[in-house]
Amino acid sequence: MALYSLQINGQTYRADVDPDTPLLWVLRDNLGLVGTKYGCGIAQCGACTVHLNGEATRACVLPVSTIGKAKITTIEGLSATGTHPVQKAWDAVDVPQCGYCQAGQIMTAAAFLKKTPKPTTAQIDEAMSGNICRCGTYHRIREAVKMASNATASTAKGSTKTK
Amino acid sequence: MQTLSNASRRNFLKVAAAAGGGLFLGFNWFEANAATAVDAATTDLSLAGNVPGAVPGVGFNSYLSINPQGIITIMSPNPEVGQGIKTAFPIVVAEELDVDWKNVIVEQAPLDTKKFERQVAGGSGSIPHSWTRLRKAGATARQMLMEAAAKRWNVPVTECTTGTGFVRHTASNRQLSYGELATEAAQLPVPADVKLKDRKDFKLIGQSVKNVDNAGIITGKPLFGLDFYREGMLFAMLQRPAFGYTLKSFNEAAIKAMPGIVDVLTFDNNVAIVGKSTWQVRKAKEALKIDWTKTDATESTDDHNRIFGELLKSDKATVRRKDGDVDTAFKGAAKVVTAEYQCPFLPHNPMEPMNFFAHVRPDGAELVGPTQTPELARNEAAKLLGLSPDKVTVQLTRMGGGFGRRLKADYAIEAVQVSKRVNAPVKVIWTREDDMTGGSYRPAVRYRFEAALDAQGNMIGYKLRGASINAGSSTREDNFPAGAVDNLLIDSIDHKSAITTGPWRAPITNFLAFAEQSFLDEVAQAAGKDPVQFRLDLLDKAKTKPAGAVKYDIDRMKAVINMAVEKSGWGTKKGADGRPVSQGFSVYFSHRSYVAQVGEVVMQKDKPVVQKVVAVADCGIVINQSGSRQQVTGCIVDGIGHAMYGNMTFKDGIPEQSNFSNYRMIRLNEIPDVEVHFVDNGFDPTGLGEPSLPPAGAAVANAIFKATGKRVRNQPFIEDAALKSVL
Ligand code: FES
Ligand code: FES
Repeated sequence: MALYSLQINGQTYRADVDPDTPLLWVLRDNLGLVGTKYGCGIAQCGACTVHLNGEATRACVLPVSTIGKAKITTIEGLSATGTHPVQKAWDAVDVPQCGYCQAGQIMTAAAFLKKTPKPTTAQIDEAMSGNICRCGTYHRIREAVKMASNATASTAKGSTKTK
Repeated sequence: MQTLSNASRRNFLKVAAAAGGGLFLGFNWFEANAATAVDAATTDLSLAGNVPGAVPGVGFNSYLSINPQGIITIMSPNPEVGQGIKTAFPIVVAEELDVDWKNVIVEQAPLDTKKFERQVAGGSGSIPHSWTRLRKAGATARQMLMEAAAKRWNVPVTECTTGTGFVRHTASNRQLSYGELATEAAQLPVPADVKLKDRKDFKLIGQSVKNVDNAGIITGKPLFGLDFYREGMLFAMLQRPAFGYTLKSFNEAAIKAMPGIVDVLTFDNNVAIVGKSTWQVRKAKEALKIDWTKTDATESTDDHNRIFGELLKSDKATVRRKDGDVDTAFKGAAKVVTAEYQCPFLPHNPMEPMNFFAHVRPDGAELVGPTQTPELARNEAAKLLGLSPDKVTVQLTRMGGGFGRRLKADYAIEAVQVSKRVNAPVKVIWTREDDMTGGSYRPAVRYRFEAALDAQGNMIGYKLRGASINAGSSTREDNFPAGAVDNLLIDSIDHKSAITTGPWRAPITNFLAFAEQSFLDEVAQAAGKDPVQFRLDLLDKAKTKPAGAVKYDIDRMKAVINMAVEKSGWGTKKGADGRPVSQGFSVYFSHRSYVAQVGEVVMQKDKPVVQKVVAVADCGIVINQSGSRQQVTGCIVDGIGHAMYGNMTFKDGIPEQSNFSNYRMIRLNEIPDVEVHFVDNGFDPTGLGEPSLPPAGAAVANAIFKATGKRVRNQPFIEDAALKSVL
């Protein structure tokens, strides 16, 4: 066991765990951040997706000892009140069926849209295909990503002075 | 307006003042239409075995309360597994109660067999079972609120009306809110007759209402079983034997010495590791070295393929339905069409693996977790512990899917076993590998069909043999085309295997529909007829000159067929390049709903690509547009995904697929467009958790045939030799 200090959602958390413990289980078992889900444990389904310095990362295969000072964002920290454009789009399109995969879907989509604010459908399909939804909400996921991309793109437009 | 008959209303309503004021209605009525429940038990849940709620003649309970501020709390008694029941049930109550949806709070009820009945998620049965009960729940409360207002105003109740949370007296221009009236209303006698709304007055039913748990889901709130943690809770994982193995010995001392491990137990050939964190337990599980004893019962997929051949030849099959004289019909046939269809075992793979929390104390037990049958979990726990069932509580969590897997209580009972032995609160967690290799699979089946055609291409004889591994009866013998063919023989035969099986979304029909609807396409082809016209002709025959009993509604089936023809542009649709789009047709009646689907395939670089499915569903009245559309769409994605890729094989009783790295699931870049239409016919609603899945595979396979001339008869499609030849 070793003591780790983690930067999660703008706060410092401490956890005394085995060095090879994946971030997923530190979040869930030690820190009470259970929004990040376990689906496969081998980086195949995306249910455990978090942001590591803004990059979509699979927490189930990320040993806590490798994180250091990297900034982690989980679904709980994506926005304070569920008002991130991706979360809003997810609600507006009524994406969730059982809902279990959706935190991972949302985190994947949010990181993707940050890099690709105006994606094509093909880009969305590619970016979101690493996340399994057993309920088959894929059509709505695609629609919600499009909706969020319009929302984030227009925000970006408003905040810059070009054109 | 519909008025309730007196017969169904004996002693069905208990009213009490809720603590802190407000109207508290506990509905407990035993419905006259118990036949519906019987039907559910014998058809849809036949593989579920001892599902407690499916016992014939058992009624249903509901519960709502109104606080002085006019906030309506509607308890949702049934387990939420992604089918949307936690949203749909309260919509129905709120509609008849006539309240603003914004003022409704939905709460998941725990298992409570005194207040509620049939707390089950299975067989697409919750909606048909509860529709009238839920309406009465709302309407009865509304009536009592009107009576309370009439008393206050001293006017006849017939002069009162309601409008979203208020009782109104138009003549005197007065109104009172439900919240103001709730306490008084609760004291009134339960009305003898309540009027249910006319369908045209529905304001909420038929609208798009969002999943009531969206806010929690999109912000990562602890909603699911796996999210449940308790102070001092231990974690447990089990290593279960493969199929046909028993436990001999294992490296117990080494495992016990691993960090964080509290105890190691054995029961029922399982090794259970108990520890302080999920990861430590997981690591100890990986370090297990177990010596298993191989028994005679181990089987491989090759064995099953051989066994299927033997079963198809056997003279020991059970006759399920016999009309006319098939031997004579086949002897006199101008043409005979024969084909075999086969599917593999499938794991359920809900995204949330099996897990359950249990805390066993000397005088009782507390259970928390994802289950489609909480009562079964309670009863099995009570039996194991030698307690009376009322000493065991079950709290229902939202479920990350179930697909029938959580109709069994095995994983909850494991938690009970472990908690009892270590005398502490315990959560049993299945890894994905455990979930996929742990059994309870969709059974593997092979069907053989034979059809006899006369010189005019009429189907005069039909034979179906179902050969299955641990499926019980693998046919649904009264399904179409039964009733439309004069000479028909349907039988089935089952092989008992150590590989465990269980209900898997749309049990049996999830593959049978593919086989039947593909075979009908083959017969239509052999008869030189359009596949749709061929089916319509058969339905006309079933209507005018039925052969034996007809157990589906011919008109409703024809209606979905005709609407699908219209919406899909059947036979006339052209692609962007002007070439005809290859379409495949499928229609199926299951779980009381009728669904027709048209698959569209186009050739891209000489390879077939499924680009679209047009679905027409008749589930009666659509309660929630948003939820219903997603159920239909999700069923089609599920149906196509598993038909294309799903494959669980065995070597000496050991499952050969264990995680998403070697078991393929459909992903976002593989979905066809889906277009959903509903028949608007005003029939009482039926459930949608399953019925759109069965027809999906054949709609696609029939379109692939149209496009390529290759007939896909085996699942998974990607392993089918005919399809492989064009991929
Ligand atoms: S749980 Fe991490 S990718 Fe599946
Ligand atoms: S919503 Fe159920 S797994 Fe995606």
